[in-house]
Amino acid sequence: MYNDKIQELMNEISGIFDSVNNKQELENLKTEYLGKNGKITLLNQLIREIPAEEKKEFGMKVNEIRTKFNDEYSKVASMIEEKEINEKLNSEAIDVSLPGTKIPVGTAHPIERIIESLETLLMSMGYDVVEGPEVEKDLYNFELLNLPKGHPARDAQDTFYIKGEEWLLRSQTSPVQARCMLEHEGKDPIRIICPGKTYRRDEDDATHSHQFTQMEGLLVDKGITLGDLKGTFEEIAKMLFGKSRETRFRPSFYPFTEPSVEMDISCFNCNSKGCHICKGTGWITVGGAGMVNPIVLKNCGYDPEKWNGFAFGFGIERLAMLKYGINDIRTFYINHDIRTLEQFDRREY
Amino acid sequence: MAISLNWVNDYIDIEKEDKVLLANKITKAGINVEKVTVFNIKNLVVGEVLECEMHPDSDHLHVCKVNIGDNTTQIVCGASNVRAGIKVIVALPGAVLPGDFEIKQSKIRGIESNGMICALFELGLEEKTEETYNKGICELPIDAPVGEDAFKYLGYGDTSYELDLNPNRTDCNNHLCFAYEVAAVLKKQVKMPDITFKETDELVDSLVSLRVDTENVPMYNLMIAKDVTIKESPDFIKKRLETAGIRSINNVVDISNYVMLEYGQPLHFFDKDIVGDKIVVRMASEEEKVITLDKQERTLSNEDIVITDGDKVLCVAGVMGGLDSGINDNTKNILIESAIFNPYNIRYTSLRLGLRSEASLRLEKPLSYEYCELAIKRACHLLEKYADAKIVKGSISYDRIDRSPKKIKVSLDEINSILGMTLTNEDVESTFDSLGFAYTVDNNTYEVTVPNRRQDIAMQKEDIIEEVGRIYGYDNIQPTLPLVNIKKGEYSESAKFRKIISKRIRSLGFNELRTYTLLNEEDVTKYNYNFGDIIILNRPMLKERACVRQSLLTSLVEVAKYNISKKNKDLMLYEIANTYSGSEEYTEDTKLAFLVSGKYISNTWNQNSYDIDFYFIKGVVENLLTFVGLNNRYTLSLSDKLPKEIHPKINSEIIVGGKSIGYFGKLHPVVSKEDMYVCEISLTKLNMNKTGDVKYQELNKYPKIEKDLAFVVDDKIESFEILKEIKKSGGKLLTDVKVFDIYKGDKIDSDKKSIAYNLTFEDYTRTLTEEEVMNIFTNIIKSIENKFNATLRDK
Repeated sequence: MYNDKIQELMNEISGIFDSVNNKQELENLKTEYLGKNGKITLLNQLIREIPAEEKKEFGMKVNEIRTKFNDEYSKVASMIEEKEINEKLNSEAIDVSLPGTKIPVGTAHPIERIIESLETLLMSMGYDVVEGPEVEKDLYNFELLNLPKGHPARDAQDTFYIKGEEWLLRSQTSPVQARCMLEHEGKDPIRIICPGKTYRRDEDDATHSHQFTQMEGLLVDKGITLGDLKGTFEEIAKMLFGKSRETRFRPSFYPFTEPSVEMDISCFNCNSKGCHICKGTGWITVGGAGMVNPIVLKNCGYDPEKWNGFAFGFGIERLAMLKYGINDIRTFYINHDIRTLEQFDRREY
Repeated sequence: MAISLNWVNDYIDIEKEDKVLLANKITKAGINVEKVTVFNIKNLVVGEVLECEMHPDSDHLHVCKVNIGDNTTQIVCGASNVRAGIKVIVALPGAVLPGDFEIKQSKIRGIESNGMICALFELGLEEKTEETYNKGICELPIDAPVGEDAFKYLGYGDTSYELDLNPNRTDCNNHLCFAYEVAAVLKKQVKMPDITFKETDELVDSLVSLRVDTENVPMYNLMIAKDVTIKESPDFIKKRLETAGIRSINNVVDISNYVMLEYGQPLHFFDKDIVGDKIVVRMASEEEKVITLDKQERTLSNEDIVITDGDKVLCVAGVMGGLDSGINDNTKNILIESAIFNPYNIRYTSLRLGLRSEASLRLEKPLSYEYCELAIKRACHLLEKYADAKIVKGSISYDRIDRSPKKIKVSLDEINSILGMTLTNEDVESTFDSLGFAYTVDNNTYEVTVPNRRQDIAMQKEDIIEEVGRIYGYDNIQPTLPLVNIKKGEYSESAKFRKIISKRIRSLGFNELRTYTLLNEEDVTKYNYNFGDIIILNRPMLKERACVRQSLLTSLVEVAKYNISKKNKDLMLYEIANTYSGSEEYTEDTKLAFLVSGKYISNTWNQNSYDIDFYFIKGVVENLLTFVGLNNRYTLSLSDKLPKEIHPKINSEIIVGGKSIGYFGKLHPVVSKEDMYVCEISLTKLNMNKTGDVKYQELNKYPKIEKDLAFVVDDKIESFEILKEIKKSGGKLLTDVKVFDIYKGDKIDSDKKSIAYNLTFEDYTRTLTEEEVMNIFTNIIKSIENKFNATLRDK
């Protein structure tokens, strides 16, 4: 008899979850069968009426039915849960095509980017970054650098003087070299770069600026050659303008170096075939350099019989104009449209 | 400076050189050829008109059969003077005439025409006027060779190099010295110009006397050419001067220019009959007056050298002749001057008088005494040849020149060790030879004698090494890296600090600017916060850029306004720059300035943005001060000492270690209608505060107790004062106090405000009891009520 009851219940629960749609219905069924007065729970009450020898089998059958119910229950429960999560997720749908929030990120000025690239490279080669005053003495800006008063080469650097002729706005970053050499009193080797602002009496136009930025490098040591300068320049050129750049020296003149050279790179725009950027020559001049003139060494306390070295200088605006394709030097100084500045929110290559 | 290669060819054979390749070689050796201009027209030949008939469909056109050497061609020509039998210039198809006019095969009124018979003006060889137009086509001499290049036949074929000389190599501003450079590059010899002439029996001493009364004239030579005929110059002189950019005047004036362009030595020609028989060279006296060639009265100074007749000033030396003493159409006898003056005086005089000429530019550089002496003889040669002059015997010379040759010693080792090359003796010697440098060699050490024309070479071996390097070729240098000790590069202390601040403020979203240091006199006084004396330039280029700034804010605000005008309203800008002040000695102060306006984080389509206000810029300041390690070491408080451009009630001074280092605040509405907040801090002063590294602090493992409370107080009381008092009476168990609400409105009196605080209590050694916290809390309430006449606000 009880067997019939069990079979009946077994039949009843088979497929019972099929019509269940939500958690509530599921829980209701659980109470109906496994609750305090649940149909399966109540089966246990029958045990008293079961003969002793059949009790074990009956117990097993009840367990079987309970297990079956529980298995079905968990299966459906997890299905419903999944369904409900999915429904919730679907209801949360947004228009992902709308633009992202603009995270404010500050940008470095293009001049600063170039300076930092050069600093990173040259500091890795042992150069210290040293700075000096922009309001400078004629002594450091010119005289110690083999540009005595009345020297025609001062012409090329028409200078802003301040009261009389002792003080000026520096026309080059080279006075920092003189200051640095004097500070070391002719005793230690020197390896420095000096980035900074410089000023000349130029009329501002697309290619001239009364204020501009230079970075000079100075190396004073023993047994230094023009080849060392060329090798150093090659590193700089490749870092700034790509590994496939070739370099060239052309004879030039600076009062503070002898020999003096112009430093050219092969044109990155046309690969030396000739274009508007290199004016058809295949080469672009990017800086000036040379072996430190013994007169300058002597003026600054270094014995030219023992020491020698090289110096090089770059116009940072020129490098930035070439590297980023900027045509007007005034772009760096006036009418800073933030849309211009924000273009420089990109890693340096 | 333009060089005519036809002219150079007189001294060195370059007829067959490719002129463009040659320009590259010379440029690589350090004489920059900026531009190569070829004066030539291709497909322009000498032709002979064989037949000439009227065009069947025109009353003025002719149909010509023209022999052009290899064959005969048909050309339609409109000139009235065209006829059979004459020799003409024919532009064949492919020829490009001035004005980019390309000749093509065409049909003119149905008749085939294979070119053009040219007039000189059509080739750019004459000006186009009614007269030249009426002359018609150019008729060449009857012996002109048919089929030849017509430009070359006319002597117009030339190539010019425009030079951009380095300031030390101005010796190459003449054809002879340029030829030496060509010779060095091509390893050829230079042939010097002819300086021979016949002399009269008369002696120059009998005609003129010379006295030099100044130290500033190392050399002064005079010669006399008599009975000259003033006329047009020969073609070759005219053409060469033209190529070099000098207009032809007459044969005599042209010869003085020609010799200057040949030797680099300016000459001066006086009319001998006007100047008389006495030349005195002296310094001018202060305020001395002279009327120069251009009919201007000039006031001289005692730095100017003058040539006088002992009384009257004839010429301001090297700069400009006086009225009347020069060559005119009636001049018969010429006094020729070839002199070297102190370059500094010439430079000074020409700059001061604003008279810079081809001559003064040359005279203000060191000149060769050898060329000074050769040039005057060359002038005599040319005057005899082209102006029928008779040269008076001898010359008068004043000469204080040190003629000892410049000799420099340099060893092969020194050359190689500076250049980083491995040259042999042969390499070095052949370079010396090609430069025309004499030398002796002893045990691998050379003693080089520098030619007098090379005034740029100083008495040091590096100059010789440079010569070897540039002629041997810098392309032959192998790049190496210096063999020096390995060390790491470091930033100077100030640079490092600046970089750290710069990177931090960029990470907060600020864009870096670079603006001009120089401002006008009005702007430079703005944002005056403890300014020193303002530095004003002697000679500014523009009034707008005459003074050195001490605040960066003028420029920053200008940039902000520019952006707002471009509808860029959300701005976070900063600049770091050195500022300067002082009057005898100058003080440097590195400043950081920043400006914010508009919204922080803004999207176009949702409202997730933050309107920038005073507390935003204050947050940036606090962020920076904490970042450099100054938390709890600064005070920010309202100040009445700030620049007038700042809002008097929305501002704060920044005090660190008892010293004010800057300020921030809203811009005064008079300065900007838009809400803008600015800050300027002296990084120099900020960096004077010593700070240490991060010291890790373990977090409290015992629970903390938080309490909120709100007071109603007088509106004028600053929240910071209350906060200080809360902290004081809270003792050490009160570890944090935050303001979390400010209320003003209907629910409280109008002159009051409500401030709500969140208090945190904790002990690092135990768990606090509610009771003891309540005790402290009650004490705090009492003390605030007493001190500020505050009432606790009910929830």
